[in-house]
Amino acid sequence: MRTYPTGALAVEATAVSRVFPVRKGASVTALDAVSLSVAPGEFVSLIGPSGCGKSTLLRLIADLDSPSSGSITVFGKPARQARIDQDYGIAFQQAGLLPWRTVAGNIELPLELHGTGKTARRARAAELIALVGLSDFADNYPDQLSGGMQQRVAIARSLAESPSLLLMDEPFGALDEMTRERMQNELVRICGETSAAVVFVTHSIPEAVFLSDRVVVLEPRPGRIRDVLTVSLGDPAGRGENLREDEGFFHAVSQVRELLHGEGAAGARGVETR
Amino acid sequence: MTRRGQAAARRILVGALGVALLAAVWELYKLLGPAQGVMIGGTTVLPRTSDLAMPHLWVMASRVLEPVTGAANAVPMWQAVLQGSLFTLGIAAVGWLVGVSVGLALALLMQRFRLAESAILPWIILSQTVPLIALAPLVRRWGSQIQFGDFTWASWMSVALIASYLAFFPVSVGALRGLGSPDANHVDLMHCYAAGWWMTLWRLRLPASVAHLLPALRLAAASAVIGTVVAEVSIGLRGCIGRLIVESAGAAGGDPVKPWAPIFGSIIVGLVAAGFVGLIGQFLRRFRRGEVAA
Amino acid sequence: MSAPGLLRTVIPPMLLGLVAILLWQGAVTYFAIKPFILPGPFQIGEQFAANLQNVANGMVVTGRNALIGLLVGSLLGILAAIVASVLRVADEMAAPIIAAIAVVPIVALAPVLYTMFGAGAETARQIVAGLAVFVPVYFNTLKGLRQVSPVHRDLMRSYAASSRQATRTVTLPTALPYVFTGLRIASSLAVISALIAEYFGGPVGGLGKSITSSASSSNYGLAWAYVLGSILLGLLFYSAALGLEKLVRRRIPGS
Repeated sequence: MRTYPTGALAVEATAVSRVFPVRKGASVTALDAVSLSVAPGEFVSLIGPSGCGKSTLLRLIADLDSPSSGSITVFGKPARQARIDQDYGIAFQQAGLLPWRTVAGNIELPLELHGTGKTARRARAAELIALVGLSDFADNYPDQLSGGMQQRVAIARSLAESPSLLLMDEPFGALDEMTRERMQNELVRICGETSAAVVFVTHSIPEAVFLSDRVVVLEPRPGRIRDVLTVSLGDPAGRGENLREDEGFFHAVSQVRELLHGEGAAGARGVETR
Repeated sequence: MTRRGQAAARRILVGALGVALLAAVWELYKLLGPAQGVMIGGTTVLPRTSDLAMPHLWVMASRVLEPVTGAANAVPMWQAVLQGSLFTLGIAAVGWLVGVSVGLALALLMQRFRLAESAILPWIILSQTVPLIALAPLVRRWGSQIQFGDFTWASWMSVALIASYLAFFPVSVGALRGLGSPDANHVDLMHCYAAGWWMTLWRLRLPASVAHLLPALRLAAASAVIGTVVAEVSIGLRGCIGRLIVESAGAAGGDPVKPWAPIFGSIIVGLVAAGFVGLIGQFLRRFRRGEVAA
Repeated sequence: MSAPGLLRTVIPPMLLGLVAILLWQGAVTYFAIKPFILPGPFQIGEQFAANLQNVANGMVVTGRNALIGLLVGSLLGILAAIVASVLRVADEMAAPIIAAIAVVPIVALAPVLYTMFGAGAETARQIVAGLAVFVPVYFNTLKGLRQVSPVHRDLMRSYAASSRQATRTVTLPTALPYVFTGLRIASSLAVISALIAEYFGGPVGGLGKSITSSASSSNYGLAWAYVLGSILLGLLFYSAALGLEKLVRRRIPGS
């Protein structure tokens, strides 16, 4: 395992703004002075209507984009350094598997890029394939897998280097509801086993509540944090199928819903395209 | 038989039927068409049907087995055509290799530097309107000036150079498109992995470009063959299929069927070249799978 | 086009071309390269201006052949593609023949075409150009006709649209940009093929014959002037096709 400055937060965003210039001098403020911190091992969901900047925030943390102002640190280092040091693993809405590599080959990709030896790569891939329950499919190609299976491979790939931070951008967004719930159960289990911090972007209220320690509700135009809800549904490892029927779960879901549909949010309904 | 086998058999059968149909049209028109061809407003729109203009197919076939000329030591036509075809194929292969290398190098340069793309790409497109073939005699002259040490420029090298000039174009354009084809998703992923340009090229861009590159390679092969045959004619290279075509055409007055044999030879050269690229495609099968997969 | 766009798309290639021409002229002057090897660009320009009438005549002869070949070949290519897209059997029957046409040096057919259509006529050259044009137009049109997305096809079915309505509203607009891409590729092919066909025989007057005859009479400056003429002719065809393609793409957005 890597060492981090003691007490460093997994993610610390301080007054982060991101302004996208559009044509003729006009600009869109995707994020406006957003501050957020994520503790090591904590599961934080970002939820909000389209255009609230939740994906932008995730991309900034991943150093796929740079903030217009403000600063982002990951485990006490600038985001860029954290990317170069491979302190996080990432999964997108699209599984993004390379079609010419087998399941095992895809999971091995980050290890291969960072110079892990062949034997160690093989062993790690086999371990992760077992973790996501695809042991029978290690040598299959992505086009032979269902969407849910592809997404499981993508999650296994994001875990390949045992990161202490996982960044996930609607990873279950393209899955059907049943597969989605099963994947959520698996993610909760995996997070319990790896004790990684997670920043999870989603559109789904139950998904956010079920998975998270904290749910961050964002509002659009300009993108700001409206409120943060601490979900106290107990230790992630203990969360199971029963939780979805739990009184506390429903209560938290309606709390988030009220926050989302609070003042000024009426116009945001029905525009969610992704 | 498997379903795929059946489909392949059907394709071959129907394809053969198509070729047979073409042959039937040839013979039927020869039988029924007017001897002087069909003229509209002084222009011949349908060919003459005399034995000189349109020989019977079986005459063409049997001519292949006869000697090239009436001379006592003449080899059979098919042997001369085969030798010429092999020679031409070899030159075309050299031209293809050079053209593919240059095309790939240009595509990499343009992919790496935006400025290079905007400066070079218009000229690459423009280059195809320059008939370098027209310059074949000059190219040969340039070559004859080149000499260092034991190396002297041979005429066939000029032919290969012209072939490569035609072949590089589809490769550079196809490879540029292919190298730019990976999803934003995949490019982001490589960025997340802190993979540099070369790493991204090797692991992502090159494999992703295969689907675009293969048609380009096929086009390049066809262009290389065309360029070789034409350059052979205009440079006047000996012992190749282009030479045979021109010589036979010159002899067509007394031996009207003769030109057809080298033409079929050139068709075979083209098909062999295409088949070779098909083999490459089989070899790279893995990189073409699941163009639909995420 | 906006000023920065112009800066990025037009200036760099112009600059590169200018530098190349200056380097070329510089090399010719500095190394005192004999004109029979490579004349300088200024000398070629001089010859071009001096023989403008002859070059223009050659351009007309070759250009006419290329144009007729382009029109006839495209028309046949489009028609054949439509038939192939409707009748699977026709597609399969044509497959080996068209594959052969695609890889075969079509100009090799020129000598027999001269015998079939008469060595005194331009027909053989037009056919060579037409055959060369046929291949890219056929393949691109067929590809375009097959691009119709299943969603659109289902939509048309649900509207109970007749096949003519479906063709007009969905198939044609989808396929048209592909057709014009094929035409653009074919345009410069037509010129080159018509020009090369002249090497294999037939009447004089075209650019190809003029290039070889002035080269064989050691008039290299003139040969290059004809080459310049053929470049201009190719450019003319290419930019006309490109302009058409741009026009069609603007008319049909989203393609």
